[in-house]
Amino acid sequence: MTVRSTWPWLVGMLVVACTSFFLKRSDIYLLSLCSVYLMATYGLNLTVGYAGQMSLGQAAFLGIGAYIGAILMTKAGWPFWCVLPVAAIVCFVVGLVIGFPALRVQHHYLAFATLGFNVLVFLALRNEEWLTGGTFGIANIPRPTLFGYPLDTEFRFFWLTFASLGVLMTLLWLLLRSPWGRAFAALRDNPIRAESLGVNITAYTLFAFAIGAAAAGIGGVYYASLVQFVEPGPFHFSTSLMMLLAVIVGGAGRFFGPLLGTVVIILLPELLRASTVPALQFMQKWYLVAFGVAVVLLMVWLPGGLLSLGDRWRRGRVGQ
Amino acid sequence: MSASFLEVNDVRKAYGAIRAVDGVSFAVGPGDIVGVIGPNGSGKTTLFNSILGQIEPTSGHVAFCGEDVTGMSPLELSRRGVGRTFQTLQVFGQLSVRDNLIVAAQEFQGSLGARLFARPDAGLGQAADQMIELFRLQHVAGLPAGRLSYGQQKLIDIAMAFMPRPRLVLLDEPCAGVNPSLVDQLRELLVTLNREQGGSFVVIEHNMDFIMRLCPHVICMVEGKVLARGAPADVQSNRQVLAAYLGN
Repeated sequence: MTVRSTWPWLVGMLVVACTSFFLKRSDIYLLSLCSVYLMATYGLNLTVGYAGQMSLGQAAFLGIGAYIGAILMTKAGWPFWCVLPVAAIVCFVVGLVIGFPALRVQHHYLAFATLGFNVLVFLALRNEEWLTGGTFGIANIPRPTLFGYPLDTEFRFFWLTFASLGVLMTLLWLLLRSPWGRAFAALRDNPIRAESLGVNITAYTLFAFAIGAAAAGIGGVYYASLVQFVEPGPFHFSTSLMMLLAVIVGGAGRFFGPLLGTVVIILLPELLRASTVPALQFMQKWYLVAFGVAVVLLMVWLPGGLLSLGDRWRRGRVGQ
Repeated sequence: MSASFLEVNDVRKAYGAIRAVDGVSFAVGPGDIVGVIGPNGSGKTTLFNSILGQIEPTSGHVAFCGEDVTGMSPLELSRRGVGRTFQTLQVFGQLSVRDNLIVAAQEFQGSLGARLFARPDAGLGQAADQMIELFRLQHVAGLPAGRLSYGQQKLIDIAMAFMPRPRLVLLDEPCAGVNPSLVDQLRELLVTLNREQGGSFVVIEHNMDFIMRLCPHVICMVEGKVLARGAPADVQSNRQVLAAYLGN
């Protein structure tokens, strides 16, 4: 990933963000939700795509971040900006702990270990009513202010979320460009060889989980403030599956893979559902079927994700 | 051989009743190149894995530079300057050739925390380019290693082992699956690296010509034991060695 190759993506992101000037409130909300999920999927891409550690527990970290945000902002009256680092640190530490099974098991065994963690967090959020409000959740979560300027409208909050996503992506980009990024890739491609070359696979495995979890935790705080209400439902393991799908559909281990994947996973069903093109009217009823078929076909024909199309095209040209 | 550098003392590795390595002892001095030969299943790779911490020996001791390193992890051994290659190809398929070489040495540059803020190439770009030139891989330096031919990947695999300038390298069948012209190139490269980096090598190989021309000292293993040792010509003409290879 070169500096030059990132420019088209950045321009594209900015163009999409600028459409918010012309969108209705519900669409801006959807863009904000997309940005929030992107924070979590970017973290997951580090864990799964770059470091090669399977995880089906990312929604749990999103939930932990969201509930830390909700509890501290509503019950303790903490400002949004103080809650963010707390959520990031707590998720980082929990991520470190969750990384330990990865030192012993891999692949589908690790997937089930992390899935178990997600189920555990979901049950805790649902059953520990004294803290989480159980299925009733926590309401009236405030939107933040920035230097006294209230970010209480959908439009303002979207720009905060979008800018924060930009900061998070930049930090992850710098991380992946550093020698750490190469060590993560070595861990993914061949851990035995990596260890024989002095790569501390224990440390990098744990950090891959911890940093990925911290990114999701930050996303969780934004989620709480965006929806202004949290309940356990959105942090079910099915959300973890959706995030993993977003990473894989976009292209795991590719920097802009989660961006493309999240847009496809979140926006494509909505676009199909709301289609007004006469030939696509039937999609209003069949959009989920069409979406499912599209994902199956994509996995069959492009297991490397949508971004692997470029590689395939380049290889084809070299072959000619 | 000169004063010992690596000392393998009565190392044994048993899997139940099977004695894969049965009381092997040898020493390697600084700058030495020692060849290990033997028919398939004679315990050569198990011996390597026992020395390098990939598996724990049932008994015996391994010392490196006077320190007991028996059962030490591959990570700790690599930090002491012990490198290796594997019998099968072990490159990082999705990384470019240049990145494969950089990652092979970057973990020896500063602390884990310092590497987070280090330059993307960890200050190893020039060293990687020199190694690429030495192994004549310039034309594929930017390509993912996994897309290259077997022979090219083999060269990358070996070059990676030498990137951190190790004091001792254990090479497991470096010629396996490599065409004859590349075998000669490989031998010349190892001689150059031995001369320029001053490291010691232990080489497992089935290619007798390669071993005889590269290694001044050869050990022959059969059924987990050392059957013969000495100068290549002596080992090659040893009746027991011939019997082990060719049968009675």
